[in-house]
Order: sequence, then structure tokens, then C-alpha cells
Amino acid sequence: MESFSPLTASLGGVLIGLAAAVLWLGNGRIAGIAGIFGHLLPPGRAMLWRLVFLTALIAAAWASARLFPQLGAGGVEPSRLAPPPEGWAVPMPVWLVIAGLLTGFGTRIGNGCTSGHGVCGLARLSPRSLVAVLVFFSVAILTVTVTGIV
Amino acid sequence: MSLRLPYFATAALSGALFGAGLYVSQMVDPLKVLRFLDFTAIPTGGWDPSLAFVIVPAILVMFVALRIGKTRQAPLFDTSFHEPGQKQIDARLVVGAALFGIGWGMSGICPGPAISLTAFQPDGLWFFLVAMFVGSLAGGLLSPGGSQRRPEEAVA
Repeated sequence: MESFSPLTASLGGVLIGLAAAVLWLGNGRIAGIAGIFGHLLPPGRAMLWRLVFLTALIAAAWASARLFPQLGAGGVEPSRLAPPPEGWAVPMPVWLVIAGLLTGFGTRIGNGCTSGHGVCGLARLSPRSLVAVLVFFSVAILTVTVTGIV
Repeated sequence: MSLRLPYFATAALSGALFGAGLYVSQMVDPLKVLRFLDFTAIPTGGWDPSLAFVIVPAILVMFVALRIGKTRQAPLFDTSFHEPGQKQIDARLVVGAALFGIGWGMSGICPGPAISLTAFQPDGLWFFLVAMFVGSLAGGLLSPGGSQRRPEEAVA
């Protein structure tokens, strides 16, 4: 439990909720990152606002780490990704490519990710999103259990 | 066209709040996300429930915003709210969510953190990001017309 951080977690959660609120009340758009990311390439229309959103997302993560190093990751930038589980003999690039393909493909055909279904969909009380959230949380927990990646 | 500048400023503000939130909550850290997903650590007291403390307030704030939105005909800077149109719970939704769940459990990275992490450049990130983009394109090819792409997308 030493890493449990309810205060910064809740503060960050409020910021994420405000981000979704601003995009909805301002532009009438759902702040689902997978969808925003997935529609960046032609023939995706309405690409410019998505590009602006994602650029600001990256810039703000960078700036927050410098302005508030004591918040967030406790002064330590998230400088490494999780290595493949020991004993699986899979090179890290291969592991990451498989995980990335599944994440991109799955969120596209399932129409949403942790933000689109998780935050916005549950707030909309969407039955579709509730099903999606239950499925991807359960499967992710099962995957971690099976791989013992942590 | 007078609405264009506020429209893009709103997109930038929203993205910035999102990025700051992901950093402050530490959800950009894949290892922290994995410590939430690792339920085997619950009996030993090593489980980190922080992710739940991120998503619940986020949902509550958005819930209020949606209620406010219901009192208005249109958002401030566009002509209509772009409500997600799909209602049916079908195999695509369940299979898609399950495949995403595997990828998320393998890495601790979901799309928002994946993109935010470019600010920190951890080793191997680009393998994930490029693959996520390719995976998304492949998924898009399987949705004729793009199920998220409806005519009103042309507005912005």
C-alpha cells in the first residue's frame, strides 16, 4: 500500500473530469482519447481539433512534471515501462508491439477506452459503456494475474 | 467562422487539463496502473487502489457537466452535441473491450497515458505507440464508414 495516493489521485481525477466537461460543454465532444487518436489520419474529418487536443495533452503532462514535481509521480518522472514478465522469454519490443496492437485495435472496434467508456460513458449512464468497462477491467485484471507482470 | 478560435482554445484547454490530470494522478506511470490491476496483491496488502480514486471523481464531474448540457440546446462553440449514436451491445463491443483489456493488462498503458508518455520518452514507448496507431487503423478498416464518423463530424 506504500504507493497508494488517494489525494493526488482524486485531484487528478477532478482535472480529468473537468477536461471532459470543458470539451462537452464547449464543443459538444466526448473526451475519449482512443477515438481522438484514432481519427487523426485522413480520411478522418475534424482532424485539427484532435491534433490541438493531443498536443496540449502532451505539453501539459510535460509542464506538470516540471511545475509540480512533488505532486504526481512524487518527483520521479514515469521513466520506464513495465518489462515483459520474467520467464516468458519475449523481447520487450515484441511485448510492447503486441500490447499496442491489441490496445489500438480493441479500442477502435469497441469504440472507446478508459476515458471514452470509463469516464464519459459511465457518466452518461450508457449501458454499452458499462459493459465495455466491466469487460476491459476484468480482462486486464485476469491478464495481470496470468502473466504475473507486476 | 468567428467560433473557430474559441473552439480550438477549448480543445487545447481540455487537452491540457487532461494531461495535467494524468500526471498529477500518476496514471501516466504504467507501473502504478499495473499495481491497481494486480488483484493478487490484495491478500498481501500490496494492492494500490489509486486508479479507482481517479476515475470516480472524473465520472462525477462529467456527470454534472452532462446535466448542465441537458439544459442547453447546443454547446458553446458548435451547433450541436455530438452524442455517441450507438446503443446496441454487440459482439464488436465485447470483443473490442476484451482485446483492449489484454493489451492494457500486458502493459499498464491505455491510450491517454500512451500519448502523454511521449513527454517523458521511456524506453520502448514508440513500439507501443506505433503499434497502437496501426491497430487503430486496422480496426477502422473493419468498420465500414467508421462507426464513430457521422455526417456532423464535418462541422468542425
